[in-house]
Amino acid sequence: MSTGNAMVTVLAFVLALVIGGVLIAAVDPDVTKAAGYFFSRPGDLLSAAWSAVASAYAALFRGAVFDYQADTFALAIRPLTETMTTATPLIIASLGVAVAFRAGLFNIGAQGQVILGAIVSGYIGFTYHLPAGVAVLLALLGGIAGGALWGGIAGVLKARTGAHEVIVTIMLNYVATNLLAWLLTTKAFIGTNGEPKSITVLPHAQLPLLFGSQFRVTWGFVIAILASVAVWWLMSRSRLGFQLRAVGSNPAASRTAGISVQRMTIYVMLISGALAGLAGAVQLLGTSKYITDGIAGTIGFDAITVALLGRSKPLGIFFAGLLYGGLSAGGRFMEVVTGTPIDIVLVLQALVVLFVAAPALVRTIFRIPAPSGELKGAAA
Amino acid sequence: MKLELRGITKRFGPLVANDHIDLVIEPGQIHALLGENGAGKSTLMNVLFGLYEPDEGEIAIDDAVAKFSGPADALAAGIGMVHQHFMLVPVFTVAESVMLGHESTRRGGLLDLDAARAKVRELSDRFGFDVNPDAVIEDLPVGVQQRVEIIKAMARDARVLILDEPTAVLTPQETDELIEIMRQLREAGTSIVFITHKLREVRAVADVITVIRHGKVVGTAEPSAPETELAAMMVGRAVSLELDKAPAEPGDVALEVQDLLVLDPTGARVVDDVSFEVRAGEILAVAGVQGNGQSELVEALLGLETPLRGSVRLGGEELVGLSVRQVLDKGVGFVPEDRSHDGLVGEFSVAENLVLDLLFDERYRRGLSVDLAAVQANATARIEEYDIRTRGPAQPAGRLSGGNQQKVVVARELSRPLKLFVASQPTRGVDVGSIEFLHRRIVSERDVGTAVLIVSTELDEVSALADRIAVMYRGRVVGVVPGDTPRDVLGLMMAGVPLDDAQRQAAENPTTETLLEEGEAP
Repeated sequence: MSTGNAMVTVLAFVLALVIGGVLIAAVDPDVTKAAGYFFSRPGDLLSAAWSAVASAYAALFRGAVFDYQADTFALAIRPLTETMTTATPLIIASLGVAVAFRAGLFNIGAQGQVILGAIVSGYIGFTYHLPAGVAVLLALLGGIAGGALWGGIAGVLKARTGAHEVIVTIMLNYVATNLLAWLLTTKAFIGTNGEPKSITVLPHAQLPLLFGSQFRVTWGFVIAILASVAVWWLMSRSRLGFQLRAVGSNPAASRTAGISVQRMTIYVMLISGALAGLAGAVQLLGTSKYITDGIAGTIGFDAITVALLGRSKPLGIFFAGLLYGGLSAGGRFMEVVTGTPIDIVLVLQALVVLFVAAPALVRTIFRIPAPSGELKGAAA
Repeated sequence: MKLELRGITKRFGPLVANDHIDLVIEPGQIHALLGENGAGKSTLMNVLFGLYEPDEGEIAIDDAVAKFSGPADALAAGIGMVHQHFMLVPVFTVAESVMLGHESTRRGGLLDLDAARAKVRELSDRFGFDVNPDAVIEDLPVGVQQRVEIIKAMARDARVLILDEPTAVLTPQETDELIEIMRQLREAGTSIVFITHKLREVRAVADVITVIRHGKVVGTAEPSAPETELAAMMVGRAVSLELDKAPAEPGDVALEVQDLLVLDPTGARVVDDVSFEVRAGEILAVAGVQGNGQSELVEALLGLETPLRGSVRLGGEELVGLSVRQVLDKGVGFVPEDRSHDGLVGEFSVAENLVLDLLFDERYRRGLSVDLAAVQANATARIEEYDIRTRGPAQPAGRLSGGNQQKVVVARELSRPLKLFVASQPTRGVDVGSIEFLHRRIVSERDVGTAVLIVSTELDEVSALADRIAVMYRGRVVGVVPGDTPRDVLGLMMAGVPLDDAQRQAAENPTTETLLEEGEAP
């Protein structure tokens, strides 16, 4: 069953590449020109299309994984490390979204929780002069606490009053965005900067580089791996995870079995928020170093997509995050090298998600039989 | 119309759901299809209704071979079906439901609702359905919704009506009304295929009985055949329908319920000053028609519902005000009436479901983790002990048959030391073979000295299990009577008649059921 799902995901990616290829060919100037005399020399159109698509995807690969045309080995693998850097906060935030998914809650507020994580970890990071080790640890914990607070608000409101978590978390996203905008006007945050840009995080609070100064990858990537393992343990081995999954799957039966659905709702939003907050802290302490109003980018929203792509399973999310990071990193490179618009990458990302969300469509196209147990027909 | 199934075979992968089934349905007959859950009855009917395509075999109508590629073809050929789970749109009116799928329109494309209303009224009057065409589906009781399904089929001139487990969701009264409707339809010339696993109903209404087991026809029987014979054909071995249990040896009072008052959200008294007690080592059965406060009573005992006042004491300790977790920890085992909704997490494995409320039990915890090895070992042991038919401990519980799902719930609840065992409808929708097993298991729990409280709407079950019977009507306990109280008396008490009156009336007017029991069929 799970291998079938993995297969569908891979095929969804293949399908997306095929459709993306059509689009790349369609917008390529050489292809357009060759199309003008298609009936006299149809071969030109095909070869132009092929070379456009091949060079674009080659550039995508070179920008995302391995640049085989680079002069040194370090430069050649630099794209892969860029992919890892981009993927790091995505993976962590996505784990948070997935924990909520599995417990039956839709945490749309990862974006706000990422921002809160960045705010708190940043404040600790540039304000307190602490010894090495302690500083970065405290800043990370601050980020976790900030995200957990933001998620926890939604959890408590849902448990106590029934307020729907989707609405509350969306609203909290706005609150977080505007809170950040305001903080970036205060002296405590921007110091003597004339623009809305915070003080740079002190060196002791920054996440150390993982592979030396040639690459931007930090220990944040290790944190992402550890977080994936921790979430795996939580969801498949721990008693708390068992209860969270039970509540997500059948709240009525969970309640009858003596599990407090309200308490689980609060716990899960705390955990979900904490992970998103950690993502914000890692992004800030590792990559950005200072806070701007764009610190969270679209991490919080992409995390939802990545969680969907990874089917809310830690391993799946880890690879989905890398794929997503790779498409982003490779897309930038592709635009520079071949002039293919980076928007193609957005289309690819959207198509992958679309096909993953519609497994029946992929199965039909590739004629894969439905997993056993799902009988055809309405009634059984 | 004569309907014939010839050598129908339907396979799902390696599973043969129907194995060369031959069946002839004569016009104007009620043909009962009897078999346990999972015997292949519903699959066969879905083949007949065009929902499944048979791998082998053919369907013949009036000796001409018919080919159905979908329900539309079956409907056109005059075959109507009422599914076990109704196919109705909750927000539609009865008239709208009846016209759904073959809407007739007036000029300008407007729906001709008046014609649909007239049709509903006509059928309603002809067969005594008593259905208002303008009532909204979701406001109707289950029994009436079922009649709407029948009207839908009749409105399309169905000459063969398939009823798939029609009584599973009905109260005894509604069942009687349905049986009456079936008889009238037969008078009017409609053939009925009546799918069920309930022996009593089959004998009450069927003209011909075909028994199916493991996807094969194992024989036909006359309605006058004794229940034990039918049960044996269905299960494939002799089944004892009478539970031979030793007399109870009641100990001290274990559960003491006093003046319990529970209100529903509208403020109505659903449990109205109920008091009773259950002793250790005895079974008290709460009998009553569905919806007379039994569910709420049980929920209040468990802490799922907060009573307005009153007390529930177990071994002298007050349970009111405790959380569900705390109540369970006091030694209460609970089997909810709707197992798939409240008793199991369908996506979880059988092994996980077997420890759903035992996570804090020392046996299954290891630090903050679940002790997977212990969970697995427990699953293997319980599957063996309860003969749970599963492909293995990892199979999702939602995929099991009803009887096996119930075994999972009961096995879980009885797998720890209990002071009180509460089971609501312990055998609803469970096949005959499993009923026997579950009843024995409940009695043996009583015999180790556990107080047992059973809530059941099935009089058979109440009579089989109970040492004492508390009859509930409109939230009140009408009376507590001995376990061997005659069915007629219980039936009257379930309608709210006090014990003395009930005994007198029962002596004066014995019902057909009693006569059947005594072998004097009318």
